[in-house]
Amino acid sequence: MASIEMRGLTKAYAGGVVAVNSLDLTIADGEFFALLGPSGCGKTTLLRTIAGLEQATEGSLLLNGRDVTTAPPGKRDVAMVFQDYALFPHMNVNENIAYPLRIQKVPSAERRAKAEETGAGLGLSELMERRPGQLSGGQQQRVALARAIAYRPQVFLFDEPLSNLDARLRLEARTFLKRLQKDLGVTTVFVTHDQAEALAMADRMAVMESGHIRQIGTPSEVFHRPVNVFVANFIGSTPMNLIPARVGPAGESLVVASTSLPVPTSAVGQLAEDEDVLLGSRPEYTDVSCSEGPGALRGTVAVLENLGATALVSVETGDLSVQAVVPEGEEPAIGAEAWVLPQRQRALVYRVTDGLLVSRAPDESAGAGAAPDAGSATEVASA
Amino acid sequence: MTTADLSRVHDVARSAPRPDNSPGQSQKPARDRVAPIAIGLLLWGYAAVALGPLLLMLVGSLRESRDIFDDPLGLPTSLDVSNYRTVWADASFSTFFLNSVIVTVSAVALGTVVSLLAAYPLGRYQFRGAGLLSAYFIAGMMLPIRLGIVPIFYLLASLGLVDSRFGLVLVYAASGIPFSVFVLSAFYRGLPAELEEAARIDGASEFRIFRTVMLPLVRPAIATVVLFQLVPLWNDFFFPLVLLRSTEKATIPIGLTQFFGQFQTDWAVLFAGLVVATVPLVLLFLVATKQIIAGLTAGMGK
Repeated sequence: MASIEMRGLTKAYAGGVVAVNSLDLTIADGEFFALLGPSGCGKTTLLRTIAGLEQATEGSLLLNGRDVTTAPPGKRDVAMVFQDYALFPHMNVNENIAYPLRIQKVPSAERRAKAEETGAGLGLSELMERRPGQLSGGQQQRVALARAIAYRPQVFLFDEPLSNLDARLRLEARTFLKRLQKDLGVTTVFVTHDQAEALAMADRMAVMESGHIRQIGTPSEVFHRPVNVFVANFIGSTPMNLIPARVGPAGESLVVASTSLPVPTSAVGQLAEDEDVLLGSRPEYTDVSCSEGPGALRGTVAVLENLGATALVSVETGDLSVQAVVPEGEEPAIGAEAWVLPQRQRALVYRVTDGLLVSRAPDESAGAGAAPDAGSATEVASA
Repeated sequence: MTTADLSRVHDVARSAPRPDNSPGQSQKPARDRVAPIAIGLLLWGYAAVALGPLLLMLVGSLRESRDIFDDPLGLPTSLDVSNYRTVWADASFSTFFLNSVIVTVSAVALGTVVSLLAAYPLGRYQFRGAGLLSAYFIAGMMLPIRLGIVPIFYLLASLGLVDSRFGLVLVYAASGIPFSVFVLSAFYRGLPAELEEAARIDGASEFRIFRTVMLPLVRPAIATVVLFQLVPLWNDFFFPLVLLRSTEKATIPIGLTQFFGQFQTDWAVLFAGLVVATVPLVLLFLVATKQIIAGLTAGMGK
């Protein structure tokens, strides 16, 4: 078991591309930590740098307090599960699981027994003599996990562990992985581009964009208080509504196309008159009504998408489209007149100039151990 | 190794079995149904041209020379294996056969081991001069080794290796390396990087990664390069003729020449000798064809 500490960690490639830019991050012992971001944001490079497959160009990396910045991958006591599992096709399941033990010179009988035991724990007992080519994707993934577990490393690294599974299996594997990690208590870092996966599995997560960490926090913090427009856009299964608005007289209202809306609770007293802002409201936290109400935007219902127990309503108001989630059975008719109202307690305000969250409670928004990048949320509040 | 070898590679690749598209065949227009038949005829025709002489050789080896002159394409009157007895015992083919086996097997083994090791860094590592080194090996394929016979002869002479089977083994091993390195490095390159990285994270050393992960995965390619080295070496007449002198060191192709007299040739015995020379190769192809096709299609395709 170990903590992972990065200090000013930088990885620049020969061509001048900086994949990871001066990162400070501490992952606590036993934590399940997600690195989330769009492709090309440096999350996989960061994971590979922790594994030692890439050499950091600057900064240092500590595992359990030990500086491993220049240690070769085999000397770091980490195990990695690759996106394509990287099982050895010419070895059977037992040999695959036992491979790391074989390198550590564990006697043959002992490593067979250990592989058997680990495999049994993951429901692989029947498959121990098979080759990876004879296994389904889900089984291959469990073999890859077993190989990592049998080795008893201090840290697990998962690179997009669920991306090669089909949708239903992915949900099962998500629950399975989370339980497994809790049972083993091994510090785990996993990389994903799927925000739902990160929200569902992680204890804490970091949202990355072009080599920088934009926000660190628990899934709930990141979901409820994205620190900037990028994170706000990226997190959530339906994208957050970002409605351009101008601050009204005395900073006490937001004007959207001549309709005056109340300032969300989180931004009260923080806005100056005539400032250009974006009013952020998740569709889940946006109400739709068929009758006029104070501070509601008037529009017409353009699209209805059935999501099962809920429906996603797109309301066109002027040249804006605002989306809202309503319970099933309460959908307005297409073409009907409707009023949308962001919930005041949950709506957020972002400044247009720098894209940062306007907040009066800085302590909540910046997660513990936040990088300077993410810490810029603090700057906003103190401004 | 020359361009001729490369074209042979393509021939084998082309004759690899194609997946037949039987489902829904009946609904296809007539033209699509004729095409497979035409292709089949063409291939069978080619096979007949290739197999005809071999059959003639086999039949001839069971007849008498006088018989063959009377009716060159006739069938044997009785099953007569005396030609084989003559070849094996009287013409000391047992010695030639053993020499051929020793020289070819050692040369191929040496050439393959060297190529496996040389191709590995070329295929898997990035380092300064890798391109130059690859070009150096490929240059060996461009230049027919027989053109270098004079310097090779002087080199071996100064090493005291003329009229030595060991000297022949060294020349043979070297002649096969460029092509083998070319095929193997392409094959190594095609193996996924994750396998190597997974082993590296587990703490495996570079040599261990090579031996336990990479080597087993290039097995089809090994079969390919072994065969492509072995066939020309087994049949080679030129180098033993120039580099060997003693009869007791001669290989089969040299041994066969004793049947070509200045005034007359004992065709029946010659055919028997040729059969003896051909049988090991036929057996080898029968055993290894599947591996070769896998090696060629997987290695060259990527």
